[in-house]
Formats: sequence, structure tokens, C-alpha cells
Amino acid sequence: MRNVLTIARKELRSYFVSPIAYVVLTGFLLLGGWFFFNLLSRFNVLLSIYTQFQQGAAEQLNLNDFVIAPLMHNLSIVLVILVPMITMRAYAEEKKGGTHELLLTSPLRTGEIVLAKFLASFVFICIMLGLTGVYPVVLIAFGNPEIGIILSGYLGLLLLATAFVAVGLLTSSCTENQIIAAVSGLVATLLLYIIGWPADTAGDVLGPVLRYLSATEHFAEMVKGLIDTRDVVYFVSLILLSLFLTQRSVESLRWR
Amino acid sequence: MIDVQHLTKRYGDLTAVSDVSFRAESGQILGFLGPNGSGKTTTMRIITGFMPATAGTVKVAGYDIFEESFAARKQIGYLPESPPLYNDMTVTAYLRFVARIKGMRRAEIPSALDRALDRCGLTEVAGRVTGYLSKGFRQRVGLAQAIIHNPSVLILDEPTVGLDPRQIIGIRALIKELAGEHTVVLSTHILPEVAQVCEKVVIINEGHVVIEDTLDQLTRDRTLEDVFLKAIAQEAPSAEEDEASGGEEKAAEAPPAAVTEEGAA
Repeated sequence: MRNVLTIARKELRSYFVSPIAYVVLTGFLLLGGWFFFNLLSRFNVLLSIYTQFQQGAAEQLNLNDFVIAPLMHNLSIVLVILVPMITMRAYAEEKKGGTHELLLTSPLRTGEIVLAKFLASFVFICIMLGLTGVYPVVLIAFGNPEIGIILSGYLGLLLLATAFVAVGLLTSSCTENQIIAAVSGLVATLLLYIIGWPADTAGDVLGPVLRYLSATEHFAEMVKGLIDTRDVVYFVSLILLSLFLTQRSVESLRWR
Repeated sequence: MIDVQHLTKRYGDLTAVSDVSFRAESGQILGFLGPNGSGKTTTMRIITGFMPATAGTVKVAGYDIFEESFAARKQIGYLPESPPLYNDMTVTAYLRFVARIKGMRRAEIPSALDRALDRCGLTEVAGRVTGYLSKGFRQRVGLAQAIIHNPSVLILDEPTVGLDPRQIIGIRALIKELAGEHTVVLSTHILPEVAQVCEKVVIINEGHVVIEDTLDQLTRDRTLEDVFLKAIAQEAPSAEEDEASGGEEKAAEAPPAAVTEEGAA
């Protein structure tokens, strides 16, 4: 555990001493702010139209369904693209710079290295998502959204981002080229995002399988405010599987 | 101190190292010589526990690198061909990180850090970021990284490549200084370096040890260049033969090959 924290601290430090952290955080907040602004102004327009034409119809409009849920779905798409860029350097850079030789000849377990890198990226995306907390805070201050649904949505967003991190780390561990790590990470996370699209027409057998594999399906449930064990299990198993494969992949460096 | 026995490493069909055996005694500097691609780096990577061998054993400070890997790895300081530096860290932060992952206790680190900085002449650049250091300083940080946890064995893979003459002299002096408290295995293909620094010489060619002897013995009646060229010109000996004497006899038997090799060089 001591080793895990030592390496994780070093990893996290390297995000923040280079411009990476600031560029990624700024970009993420900029896009998030733009989505939020758009959704909120659209909500305002809808609200004024509804109150003009129908008495009581405005009751059906709520902040959760019209602002927060779409905001979270938008943010999840941004994560598909940004997370592989955060994780791409994790192993690829070590291999390129030869520092993996230092790590692998130190008295460290491969699992400790893998856990440390995962922990560092996890903390980083927690900071990323934490900063978007200003949007719901604004809504809570000036409106009355349901806080439970917001929290459930954030849990979904966090699980989704963590799963993407695990997948991104896996692709980074397979190559020493950062571009390849980022592109294959992006393909993998995007595939997880869209794999459920043909589910409706794919038949009785394949359909449910594709739907189950789709990260979006599970995420969408949580954004609605439903925390189902099935969905949590899906994300946790995706994370554990990726970490296990990463451990194997790092270990295999010794055999090449 | 380092005891390598019958080490073999195969990558698929390619045999990189075949039945390599040698010993380095405590406090000795062992020069590990061989042409490019002869299996030097592979052997060193196996000794440091970076990769497992296909067959054979390695004992470092009494610990088997495969069976008691963690205990053995704590006894090893390793400088790979290119120093394994994190370019965004300062020298101090980097060395402190290495000390931690080598298993040093927090209380031991400040004194170990001062000692390593001092020995490698890094005190003036301690606060600088390693990515902006010159090649000579990077090499020294690499060396400081290898000695920070006070290992009993140092494995140095071509530590003077790419340095200017003044830096080479500095690094050699440092290595000489480090011997005594550390056993040093120094891989290189610069022969004068071996002649100046090492006490014992192991020459490897095409994955086989062709000579293992003390420098004094080898250079009694001829130069190290002659010894080296003859050793690598001959066929690799079969496994049963004694490396040192077998190698020399064979070398004596094969003068034409040695001549052509010399001509090519």
C-alpha cells in the first residue's frame, strides 16, 4: 500500500506540473459550461412558452429532466474523448523513456504499479467531475431540483469515467506510442458507448447482450435516479477486468 | 556476491544468451565485455530481475533473483543503457521517489539523498528538473539513482556512452570509488575503460562466455585489444568446457580468424 501511494503521488504530481491537467480541466469545464448555459436558456424559453399557453403545464417541466440529465449525457460524451487522452501517457511514456526498467527492477509488485496508476487517474477524474459540481449548485441555489437524482447521476458519471480510465490504462499498457494508446483507448471507450445502438434490431439473443454491454444503458439508468445493483456490477466488473488485463500486460513486458 | 550459473535466455527461436556462468567477488569491479548484440544487456536484465531466464540461476548477495526476488532486488542498483529519469521531476524529488520504491524507510532517506548527491557531484543541480540537464548530469543522476539505497551490487550498462572526455574521466573515477563497498558489474565496449577500471574481465560473444579471468592474468603478455579480438573471432565454446582456459586455447588455435577480424575492425 505504501508503494501504491508513493507511485500514485508521483503520477498525480506529473499531471499538475505539466500543462496536461490545466488544459484538460479547462477544456472540460469550458465545454461543460457551454452545455449548461445552453440547456438552461432552452429551459427558460420552454418555461415561458408553457406558462403562456397552458395553465399548470409548467409543472411538468423540471430541472432534473430538462437540464441535469442532458447535461450529464453531454459530459459523458466529452469523457469518452478526454479520458483516453488523460490515460494515454501512463504506461506508454514509461516504456518510451525506459523508466519502466526502474519500476520493474525495484522491489514492487506489478499489481502495485497498476493500482497506483489507476488511483492517480481516478483522483484526477474525481477532481474533474468535482469541479462540474458548480452547475448543480447553481440550480439548487436558484431552483429546486431533486438532489437525490443529481447524486445518483454523479455516481453514474463517476463509475462511467472510472471504467473509461481503466480501459484507457489498459490500452496505454499495450504500446509505447502515446498516439496509439490514445486512439485505441478512444475506439474502446466509444465502442462501449455505442455498442447498444443496434440492440433493438439485433434479435432476441444478441439484442439484450449488446444492451447489457453498453455503458450508456447502465449510465442512463443512474441519471434517471435508479441505482440498480446490475448497473453497479457492470461498471465494477468492467473496471476489475481492465485492471486485471493491465496487470497481465505490464507483467508481459518482462517476457519480451 | 554475484553468482551467475548456466544462464540461458531464448526469445522464441533466437537464443540471446546460452549457458552463461561467471562470478564477481565482493567489492570487485567486473568488466563485462562483448560486441554489440552479444547478449550483454540481456544478461544484465536477467541479473537485475527485469526479465526471467529460460534456464539457470542468479544469486545476488546470497539471494536468488528468481526465488527471493524482492530481497535480491533491494541489494541491486541498476543503471540501464539510458538513465531511467522522469523528465518532469527535480533531481531531489526523483531520487527521493527512487529511494521510496526501493523500500527505504522515510527516516533514512534524507541522509541517503545527501550522500548520493554528494558522491555523484549533483549538489549544485539538486533543485533542477532532470529533463533540462545535460547528458553528463543525466548520467550522474542515473548513477545516483542506482546507489541511493546503498545496494551491495551495482549493475551499470554502458555508463560512459555519449559523454565528453572530462565526464568520462569523472564517471570512471566515481565507479572506482564506489567499488569496495559495492560489487560492480560494468558493461562496456570501450576496452581502455576496462583496462583502467576493472579487476576482472568477462568477455561474451554470441551469447557465450568466452573469457573469464582477472585483468592482470589476461594482459600479462598481450594487450586487452588482442585478447578481445581473438576471443570474439573464435567459435563459441561448447558448454562443457571451462570458459577461461578453453577460450584462450581456442583463441591460440585460430589466428587466421583473429587476423581477418582485426582487419575488419
